[in-house]
Amino acid sequence: MGMTIAEKILAKASGRDKVKPGEFVTANIDVAMCHEWLERGVADGLRKAGVKKVWDSSKAVCLLDHYVPAPTVETAEIHKKIRKDVIDFGLQRYLGETEGVCHQVMVEKGYVLPGRLIVATDSHTTTYGALGAGGAGIGSSEMAYVLATGQLWFRVPETIKFETSGEIPSMVMSKDIILYIAGKYTAEVAQYKSVEYVGPTVERLSVESRMTMSNMSAEIGAKFGFFETDEKTVNYLKDITNQKLVPIEADADAIYEHTYHIQVGNLEPQVAIPYYVDNVKPISELEEVKINQAVLGSCTNGRIEDLKVAASILKGRMVHPNVRLLIIPASKTVYKKALENGLLNIFLDSNAIICNPSCGPCFGQHMGQLASGEICVASINRNFKGRMGSEEAKVYLASPATVAASAIEGKISDPRKYV
Amino acid sequence: MIDLLKGKVWKFGDSIDTDVISPTKYLSLPLEEMKNHALEPVNSHFAQEVQPGDIIVGGRNFGCGSSREQAVMVLKALHIGAVVAESFARIFFRNSIAQGLPIMICPQVSQHFEDGDKVELDIEAATMKKIHQDEIIKGIPLSKDMLNILAKGGILALLK
Repeated sequence: MGMTIAEKILAKASGRDKVKPGEFVTANIDVAMCHEWLERGVADGLRKAGVKKVWDSSKAVCLLDHYVPAPTVETAEIHKKIRKDVIDFGLQRYLGETEGVCHQVMVEKGYVLPGRLIVATDSHTTTYGALGAGGAGIGSSEMAYVLATGQLWFRVPETIKFETSGEIPSMVMSKDIILYIAGKYTAEVAQYKSVEYVGPTVERLSVESRMTMSNMSAEIGAKFGFFETDEKTVNYLKDITNQKLVPIEADADAIYEHTYHIQVGNLEPQVAIPYYVDNVKPISELEEVKINQAVLGSCTNGRIEDLKVAASILKGRMVHPNVRLLIIPASKTVYKKALENGLLNIFLDSNAIICNPSCGPCFGQHMGQLASGEICVASINRNFKGRMGSEEAKVYLASPATVAASAIEGKISDPRKYV
Repeated sequence: MIDLLKGKVWKFGDSIDTDVISPTKYLSLPLEEMKNHALEPVNSHFAQEVQPGDIIVGGRNFGCGSSREQAVMVLKALHIGAVVAESFARIFFRNSIAQGLPIMICPQVSQHFEDGDKVELDIEAATMKKIHQDEIIKGIPLSKDMLNILAKGGILALLK
């Protein structure tokens, strides 16, 4: 019997020919990444366990993205400690605070390659599945264990498959597909499972669009969110790395726990209503929602493709006077591309605020926080209570196109009229 | 060996996320202060009234959301005996074992237990019952490796 992508990666990482769902394996980790959480439990864990150096300094990456530059004395102190920690523990792959959101940067710097097993102190590590890498989020204690030993236990997950078909309509984006999946099948459909997205629709999607769906796989409970390696993956990675690429795909006779069929031909833009990611409605069924803020950015939707779509809508138009539109390129590379392509001028002319590459307001501890009673539409991944400031504020999740259209109209709006 | 746990039930609903368990606005505080706000958005007096050994009962997808281990750390700092829920988000489940906080998946737990029930929990046997009552509710047993980490008090103890 064949293996799924998750089974292949975990088998290889644990030195076995074959693994089956439900088995526990001890796997070797190819790359480990920490952001600010290094100083929220990881470094302390290493110190308490008496560990002096990380297991392999070439495989341990650290960068700052959750609150850069530091907005408070407390966060500045955390950053200061991290700069010392990385020297003390020998984390040579320290990328500082200027590069952008960790997952985007990990891809751009060539750490994410098909077949690799990567762990990070961040739930959205599933993003790497778009490039055929097994990316899984872990907590601080487990990260300390990984940095000490280079290994971690895994339960081999069952795999479910989303078989997609149909031509994706104009101004409807991959974000809408994954929100639709969350809404239809719930935030638990992939709980502790591996997901594979297949079929003609996702084969046509760009690697960046796939990254959005892999990223949001965390929001449907998944351990991994994979796409098979194809020509698009190889071309995308050729610009990034000289390393030899070994494509990964599931065997034809691999066993899936379940296959869900998704038809996108008539898909509308989707919106997730607070406070749950799976509380999703097509935009035509949403009542009028006036907004105070619109956010375009994050590891979910802050890539150049997202900025281009938003710019195409905002070009020659103004952000509504009652709305603050925050644009946060996911990385310095994205920022530079947006600058070179003239997108930043379009945003500035529309009266948007352009912020430095970082997690921005998404995580609720940096800029762009909401006051009580305020409403925001955002291209991010979570709309939990209190996620972006006041517990009496509300965050609606949508695609970059919907965010841009909404910013212009001052209420959550259908982007399809801007085609 | 993991001791038999006894405590009072604090019951919560479905999809209790990590931003609710350890609210973002308190994340920069020291743990000793952060713990006083655990679960505050859904129960403002929980952190003040919970007693060492008390047991949290959750619905589906308990601990969904971010990888923040503070969600487990605050519960440990409050000396919670265990968390039992119908289902857990993956990272919270792993973090709980990594921190040595006993945890059990029990699909029927919400049906059988209410706020304030005094209960007895055997993590190794994966059983839970009300004290002085006979009906035993079964959970899903943890693997040998997980029990070993719990018994040692967390994954970092394996490094010593």
